[in-house]
Order: sequence, then C-alpha cells, then structure tokens
Amino acid sequence: MKNFNIIITGVGGQGLITLISVINQAAFIEGKDVRSSELHGLSQREGSVETHVKFGKKVYSPLVYRGQADLIMGLEILEGLRAVNRVGSQTKFLVNNYFLPFEDSPRKEKVLDDLKKNLGKNLFLVNASEICQQNLQNEVVSGIYLLGYGISKKLIPLKKESVLKVIKEVMPQKYWDLNIKAFNLAYDN
Amino acid sequence: MKKILLGNEAIVRGALNAGVSFVSGYPGCPAAEIGDEFVKIGKDYGVYAEWSTNEKVALEAAIGASFSGLKSLVNMKSFGINVCSDSLFPLAYTGTKAPMVIVVADVPSCWSSAQSEQDSRGYAYLSHIPVLEPADPQECYEFIKLGFEISEKFNIPVILRTTTRVNHQKMIVELEEPHFAKATRGDFVKNPHQFCTMPPRTLEMKKELLEKIKKIQQFAEKSKINKVDRRRASINLGIITSGVAYLHVKEALEEMGLDLPILKLGFFYPLPENKIRNFIKGLKKVLIIEELDGYLEKEIKILAGEINPKIEIFGKNILSEIGELDTEKITLALSKITGKKVQLFKSKNIVVPRRYPRLCKGCPHLFTFSLLKKLVPQGVIFGGDIGCYMIAGYPPHDIQDYIFSMGAGLGISHGVKKSTNQKVVTLMGDGTFFHAGIPALINTVYNKSNPLLIVLDNRITAMTGHQTNPGIGKTGSGELTEELKIDQICQACGVKNIKVIDPINVDELEATINEFLVKPEVSVIICKRICALLAKRQVAANKE
Repeated sequence: MKNFNIIITGVGGQGLITLISVINQAAFIEGKDVRSSELHGLSQREGSVETHVKFGKKVYSPLVYRGQADLIMGLEILEGLRAVNRVGSQTKFLVNNYFLPFEDSPRKEKVLDDLKKNLGKNLFLVNASEICQQNLQNEVVSGIYLLGYGISKKLIPLKKESVLKVIKEVMPQKYWDLNIKAFNLAYDN
Repeated sequence: MKKILLGNEAIVRGALNAGVSFVSGYPGCPAAEIGDEFVKIGKDYGVYAEWSTNEKVALEAAIGASFSGLKSLVNMKSFGINVCSDSLFPLAYTGTKAPMVIVVADVPSCWSSAQSEQDSRGYAYLSHIPVLEPADPQECYEFIKLGFEISEKFNIPVILRTTTRVNHQKMIVELEEPHFAKATRGDFVKNPHQFCTMPPRTLEMKKELLEKIKKIQQFAEKSKINKVDRRRASINLGIITSGVAYLHVKEALEEMGLDLPILKLGFFYPLPENKIRNFIKGLKKVLIIEELDGYLEKEIKILAGEINPKIEIFGKNILSEIGELDTEKITLALSKITGKKVQLFKSKNIVVPRRYPRLCKGCPHLFTFSLLKKLVPQGVIFGGDIGCYMIAGYPPHDIQDYIFSMGAGLGISHGVKKSTNQKVVTLMGDGTFFHAGIPALINTVYNKSNPLLIVLDNRITAMTGHQTNPGIGKTGSGELTEELKIDQICQACGVKNIKVIDPINVDELEATINEFLVKPEVSVIICKRICALLAKRQVAANKE
C-alpha cells in the first residue's frame, strides 16, 4: 500500500510538534515505517509553520512530494488555505475553524469562502478550538481533537487505541487526562 | 532497541554511546537541541556539558578537554564555524589527543537563519578537517560514533555536517543503551611539540596534517558510509549524492519507476576518489545531486577528466545552488536527462499574505520598539542584530536598517556614525552582547564615535529556546555562578552614559533615549525585563 502523507499547518505555538510526536509514535507501534520533518526557531514566534509526517511500508524522503498529500491538517483556517497550493485532487482537508488574524490578513468570511470554493467536498471544517475551549477550558488540545475526528471519520489510517496508548508515551503525565479527553470528545461524537 | 528520534536526539545518543565526556557549544537553530539535552542529562552520564559564551570559546574549551584526554563534542549552527574558525585551523595542525567531533548544522533555504545560505562543507578545504554528511537520524547516530572512531584513530577533529532536514527529521532509529562516560577527569601531559603551533614547527605540522588526510582517504575508500545502491547493468546514467538529498533521490526514482545506480557519499572530505572513479568509469552520464554549492561536482569533474573524459556531467546546470532540494526538483532534473515524462504538478494559485513572526504577548521589546518607531520621522538609523528583536525588521515595526552577524550591529553603527552626521540607535540582546558585542563596544569607545546602544536584556538567550548566558547567574546545567552585569561591563569599557531601565517605564525610557541620542560619546541603555514567555513558564513551574 502507498504511504500516507500528512502536512500539518498552523501558527507557531499551536502544539504542532506534540501532534507530530503522537502521530509518529502511533504509526510506529502499529508497525509502520515513519518519517517526519519539523521546523523550529523563529518561525515558532507566531509565524506560519508547516510540518510533514509520512508513514507506511517504507518511507524515504521526510518531505511530502508536492501534490501527494493525502491529508492536510490545518490548525488555523488561513494556514489551511495557504496549503491549498500544495494539494492534489485526492487531498482531504481537515481544518480547525479557528482564525488568528494579523494586520494584512483577509477577513474570516473570505478565508472560509476560499477554502470551500477550492476544496468542495474534500473540506472537513471542524470547530475544534471552540469545542475544546467550551468542554475542556483549553484550546491548545485542538490538534489532538482534530486527530480524534480524523481517525473516527477514517481520514487518517491509525487506530484509536494506538493514539490513546502513545499519548502516555510522548507526553508528561500531567497532560494525559486533558489530551485523552480531547481525543475522545472528537472520536465519540 | 528501536525508538523514534529527532536527528539531534540521535546525535546525543550516538555521542553518549561513543563515551563522550565533555560537551560545549553555543545555541543556534537547528542544532540547539543537542546542547539543550546534554546540559539537562549530562550529569546522569558523567558528562560535563556547558553553554559557552560563543562558538570560539566553545571549541577552545573542547580543545583543552581533548588535550587533557577527554572525549569531546562541540555543537553549533552553521555560522558558529565562522566564529570558531580562528582556532579550528590550528587545531587541524596540532591534531587532537582525545577524540573530538564538531557538529555544524547548516540551513538550506534559510528556515531559521538570517545572514546567508552558508554551505559549511567548504571549511573542509580551508582547514583540512574530515567532514561527514549524514542523511537522517539513523546516520546521525552511526556517523557520530564513526566520527569519534576516525578522530581516535588519526588524532584529528572530525566535523559532522548536518542540515535542517536532518537535525529536525524524525525516524525509527535502531540504537543501543547509552552508557556512562568513559572518563570524567583527564590528565594534561605536557607536550609542546604537539600543542604549540610556532614556526618552524607549524610547517612540519602542515605536512603531518596532509599525510594524515591521505591516510584518512584510504580509510574512506573502504568505509561503508560511501555506498553504491542498485548497481545494475545499466550504464547510461548514474547518480552521485549526499546528505538528505539521497532520501529525495530514492523517492524520486521510485516515483518515476527508474532503477539507476546511486553512489551515496557519507564522506565529504576526504573524498573516496577511487570509489568515485570506479563508479563513473563505465557511465555515459552522471547526475550529481548535492544541496547548495557544487563542491562535489567540481571534484568529480576533475576525476572524470582522468578516467572517463567523454562522460556527460549534470549538476548545478539543472539543480539550483539556491534553496534546499526536494523530490520534485530531483524528479524534474531526472526527467530532463532521461527524457522520461513526468506529470507536472499544476498547483492552484491562491495568494495568502505572509504571516510574519511576531513578538509574544507582553514581550518587553514591544515597549522599546514602539518608542523607537517615534524616532523614525527624525531620520534616525536603526542597527539590528541576531535574536528575537530581528522582528524589528518586520511589520508593524519596520525599523531595522541593517542586520548582519552576531554583534555586527554595533560594529557597523560605529562606522556609520564615523562616516555621517546622522543619529544612530543600535539594538543588541543580552546573549549577543556577551557573544560578540563587547569588542565592538570597546572599539566604539576607543575610536570615539557615539551611536546609542540599546541592550535588550530579557534575562535569557530567548530565540533559540531559552538557553542561559553569562548575565543570568546560572550555568547551562543550572548551577549558580557569577552574574555578570552588563552595565558594569559597559562602565569598565569606558562608557560614560549608562542607564538600566525597565522598559515598561516608557516615560523614563523615552526621556533617556532623547537625552542619550544627542550625547557626544557612545551611550548605552540597558532595557532590562524578563522574556514574557520565560516569566510565564517560571510561574507555571513554581505552581507545581
């Protein structure tokens, strides 16, 4: 089977690196080969961040070949939209309906409109931040919520049990409960 | 044991496994996690680890350790090797006593670098120091161990040259349990014959060095890290590649359904010339796929001239020297040579405005920047420097008129002041002040010019991930130490006008800026307030 390619986009500080660690480790314990590429440094200071994760039988390059992403996980709508230029017709988009505007950014309605216009039925827009804030009083786990959503809707070929197990392997104990709740909140709905 | 590791984590594990005892470095992205990890866990393994004041003293510390018999590792980003090169070259001459590996992390595409897209492999030619190029975390783990072996066998330092996509790549790594350092205390045995580079001995040393390199070349010829993949009967086209580009090549060939021989070079210097000759001997065409500068290509062209002058050589004529490589670029290059059609990716063309990095909420620099912005209509010139405050060059601030290398802002500002009648404000962080700012300050005082230096002292080296510096009162591993006061250093350097101000006192800061800007001598304002991110983390840590 072909490898599964994910590009995760967002804004520095949204927890992308933790999300990658969870996906990597889950793929690993399911016996898959896995590689990822992340960016650290100044871009983390609320700049755009784009990270790549690939898993499957045998992965060579840590970067997703343009046009071959199976899934874009956008932790913010404008950063999701930015990835539209990289996708093929098969690429599904799982986007957190959450907006971090800046001076020159287009209005939220315009961003959502562009996403819908360009992606049609490949777009899965999820109110992850809002739901996490309401139910868990914490929106930083919205990435894990998206992961739960993606797995339950079969957008990501990983098992629920693997993710629940690896949260405990890659995160400090004090965050286990919160992240497991965020995952289940998405998975069970 | 198998474990998912970041390239930098693999370097740490490999060095521990090789029995490293002494680690020094200066934080820079994408290398910083190596030093971060060692200052954190070093003690558990009997390893001494420090964040040094800059890369030059970091290297010198490791040289002292090596001369005293301790196995050492030095870590830095690309530009660090420029800073330490003055001591690096004589080190090649003296050689090491105990083994040493120097990790230098380049940043193709400048993901986390401002000043240039440097290809540090070129230092191999200047210094005659062996350079190894890993492609991924597994190779990081193995090559660092091999680096120590080569260093031990030939008494020469070895450079492990990585790139962002290697340092910050994660993969499943096969590794062994780390063990305790082999030695924690050394013994310096006097040997001026080896350790003093003084003519006429210097020229003898050069001869010894060049002879060593010949021997290491023999070693490289036999080394498994220069490997040939899929050597098939096909003699039409072969590929020579190195570093992470090898992984993109493998993917590109799979995508295109091509089966071509690949020579993957783990050694950049010295090159296994015979292995290369044998590889290109029967080929009609060869494509050299290396990121950034075309060093391999130049070498291979010379070798081809000797052994196979008719071979067609492709490299920088179809693959750019600018920016990192990826599968797409390599696929297009292969398509051009083989004539095999590839489906060109037609991308949508959505224009999304750039999201610039910005200062964090509550960042102390915000207060200073907003006051400086008021000076723009007066035609004041603003010198920048390396740190979070480079964001002064992005909207909405847009007040940075030049930026170069660590500490250069003040050095250039002095020259501007000497050459014009304009007012100059120059910014510098606390980490940068200690790293390379002090000589520039002394020069400014000594040669009598008067830029206004604003030291943005946020009590940490923030941008690279909150590493300690000599102004904090704590070492990298958290031990209490002397807290060097920037105002006292400025005073000792002969600065007459010095004020330490908490930048949230904007009225006082504004009045002082206006007062100091017209002083006939150099003036320094130290804007001292803790990094907002660090303050938040400290509060969170105290709660637990």
